[in-house]
Parts: sequence; structure tokens; C-alpha cells
Amino acid sequence: MEIPKSFLGYRRENGRAGTRNHVIILPVDDISNACAEAVANNIKGTIALPHSYGRLQFGADLELHFRTMIGTGKNPNVAAVIVIGIEPKWTKRIVDEIAKTGKPVEGFHIERTGDIGTIMKASKKAQEFSQWASEKQREECPLSDLWISVKCGESDTTSGLASNPTVGNLMEKLEPFGVHLCFGETSELTGAETVCAARGATPEAKEKFMKTWSSYNDFILKEATDDLSESQPTAGNIAGGLTTIEEKAFGNFQKIGNLKFIDVLEPAEEPKKGKGLYFMDTSSAAAECVTLQAAGGFNIHLFPTGQGNIIGNPIEPVVKLTANPLTARLMKEHVDCDVSKILSREMNLSQAGDELIKTMLRVANGRLTCAEALGHKEFVMTKLYRSA
Amino acid sequence: MSQPDLIIHDEKDNVGVVVIESTKKGQECSAWIMENDKTIKVNSTNEVPLGHKIALKDLKEGDTILKYGHDIGKVVKSIKKGEHVHVHNVKTKKW
Repeated sequence: MEIPKSFLGYRRENGRAGTRNHVIILPVDDISNACAEAVANNIKGTIALPHSYGRLQFGADLELHFRTMIGTGKNPNVAAVIVIGIEPKWTKRIVDEIAKTGKPVEGFHIERTGDIGTIMKASKKAQEFSQWASEKQREECPLSDLWISVKCGESDTTSGLASNPTVGNLMEKLEPFGVHLCFGETSELTGAETVCAARGATPEAKEKFMKTWSSYNDFILKEATDDLSESQPTAGNIAGGLTTIEEKAFGNFQKIGNLKFIDVLEPAEEPKKGKGLYFMDTSSAAAECVTLQAAGGFNIHLFPTGQGNIIGNPIEPVVKLTANPLTARLMKEHVDCDVSKILSREMNLSQAGDELIKTMLRVANGRLTCAEALGHKEFVMTKLYRSA
Repeated sequence: MSQPDLIIHDEKDNVGVVVIESTKKGQECSAWIMENDKTIKVNSTNEVPLGHKIALKDLKEGDTILKYGHDIGKVVKSIKKGEHVHVHNVKTKKW
């Protein structure tokens, strides 16, 4: 198949391109959710991103909170941002960083005004942003404007056999076009960690990966009260035939094809070494991982599933594929790309990779994913430890 | 290129994955090895559902299960060729 050289995206002020054109209402903290949701309810064409955190966090955990908030606002799939927090200082810090992209952003704080006054002020600004964004047009953008993140979920053995290798095939075909790519799921590489580390493009990348994996693994061993059966692999994984974390890890690892990763990113960190594949230190829980990758600036996501994970994200479209024929049949409304014919050998891996490229480009051009059509917008912050 | 009953990732593997809805007791299964494109036969001793693994040889306690050509865990209860391989007879070496 000849791969199209471009897609239709929204060009942003900082030169990046988005596959979506969202106006988001971003609460800084849990107690500002109500206000943010009220604004999104008032003003059509906006979306609130409620979450559970943002109070009394400190140290690395607080930095991650800010990085996730700011990265979400900066993502090129977002046209404009309203930030609402209880206090002015943290609200302003987020607004100022998002403003560096050049996109419209305005902050509001609730103290000394109350919800109702804040909702009124923020709604007026949100209306202005929504109408402004609605006039933005898609234009032709080179494939290199695609920043593609990947994560698998509710995996089974069909993931490692077919749907994950399909993603790997897409990566191998699109890497030469200068795309950014990102995989994560630190804990789910356990068992395959040395094989994965060997894929570091430089000694520094290899070493950084092993350090990141060891630190996560030490944390799991410290907190574990049993052999983690039913957590890793999950009950769904086991029902699908996956027996151990090692088996799951080697399946997971198929997603990067034969590529090497050039750097290891902190959770929600934006890549800075140019095009190519990055590893991001993330949780293996689907919504947490995709939220972190979206905050890192990725604008389209590929999600292979075995037993049928249904996740979506509010700003980054999640394209789902499965090679499990039962999932493809019984959960059809969640499957954007069915590659189950690989198992019956009616389709080979390269054909499946081509199908996935076609599906992904349709979504990049504007087609709603199954998760978007079904209203999935899981925005889940990663919290590193207890608050002060 | 007929439809396989099992798929085996790597020539070194001692397990194959069921890719039909379920094997039947005693069914002679054709198993396609992805790595070298060969096909072998193995008899399934139980009904094993889609996605689950079948032993390609006799395995005893302490043996290593190989899949993708790599170590994916240890045998904790002996397994006969053709038997279902899963959490009842294999455990992780990691956690």
C-alpha cells in the first residue's frame, strides 16, 4: 500500500497540529470540578475535564500534577483553555505555561467570588473561545505532525499474537515519515525488561530504562501483599489465556515492532529529542497511561485489546483494534479496526498494519472513534503518593 | 495456507496458543509456527478455549515455559503433551 503523505489537521499557533479542536474547561483541583462542569454545561462546544486531585500535593507528586495539567492544555488537540482553581497562584502557574503555546487561555479562581460568580465570568470567556474555535478549519499537514502513542489493555494471547504486532507493523512503516511515537506501561514490561532495555538506541537510553523499570519494580515488591494474582495479570487477562506477567510483557512488547527507543520520558513529559520512538514511565492502567501520554503532547492513540477494554480520552482520540474474533463480534461497537483474520491466516501482518494506518488516518482527519461516539472521556491523573 | 488450530510464536516454544473457539477432547490440532512457517500436529487432551495454551511436549515441575522464544514462567505441576497450560500448572518467576 502506498502510504498517504498527509492528513487534515488543525494548525496551532506554536506550529504543532491537532487531530481535534477541543475547547477545554480544566479544573486545577477536585473542588473546582463543579464549577468547571457548570461552565461546560452552559457553553456548547466545550468539555470539562474533572478529576480527583490537586490539593495538598507536594514534591514530585505535585510536579507531576502540574505537568499533567499544563501538558493537557498545551496538547495541539486543544484549541483553547479555561482554567478554574480554588486559589489564584496555582491557577496562574498553569495558565502562564499553557499561554506559551500562543493559544487562547484564561484562568479563574473561586475564592472571594464563589461558584456562581466564577461560573458567570468563566462562561462568558468560554463562549468567546468556543465560537472562535468553531471557525478553525482543517488543513493539509504532513504525517510528521502525528504524535502517536500506544498502550494495550484487557490483553489476552491474541494481543501478543496479532493486534500488538499490527501496531508494531504500523510503527515500522510510519517511523520513516518522521512521526513521534510513544509506548509506556513500565510494570507490564516485567519479564521482558532486559530484552526491552536492549532496544535503547543509545547506552544512556538503555541505562535510563533499566533504572526506571527497577525503581517501579522495587515499589511493587515493597507494596505487594501477595503474588499480585488478579492484579497482574488481571482476571480478564487470565480468562483470555495469559498466565504470567512475563507472558503479558512479551506480548506487550510486540507493539514497538523492530524499533529502538531514543529516550525515556518522565510521566507526562514532552519529548524533546525530535522524531522517533520514546518510552514513557507510566502506570499500566489504561486511562492513567493515555492521560499521561496525551499530556506529553501525543495527538492520536492506538489501543490494541484482547478481551475488550473500552477506554477513551477527552482530548486524544483512542483508536481501538482487536485480533480476538469473539471480542470483534460481541463488542463490535468498541472496535475501530478488526484484525482477527490474522489468526485464521486470511490476513497477514502487513495487510493488518495497512488497515490500521488507513483507520488511524480517517480518525486523524476527523472520523469519530468508537470511544468518542460512545462518550468515553476518561481523564485520570496519576498520583505518586499521599498528600501532605 | 489453511486455518490453523494453534499458533506457535517461535520454534523454541514449548506451548502453542489455541486460535479457534475451542479445541475438542482428543482433537488432532494443526499448529502453525510463525517464525519458520512450518506446521506441526499435536493432540489436544482437553477442551481448551480460544487464547489458552497447549503443551507441545511433556513438562515436569521446575521446567521453564518458553513462548516468543523467551522464559514466561515455571511449571509447578507436571504437564503432559497436549494438556492445557495455565495458572493451575504454571507460575511467574517474578512476583
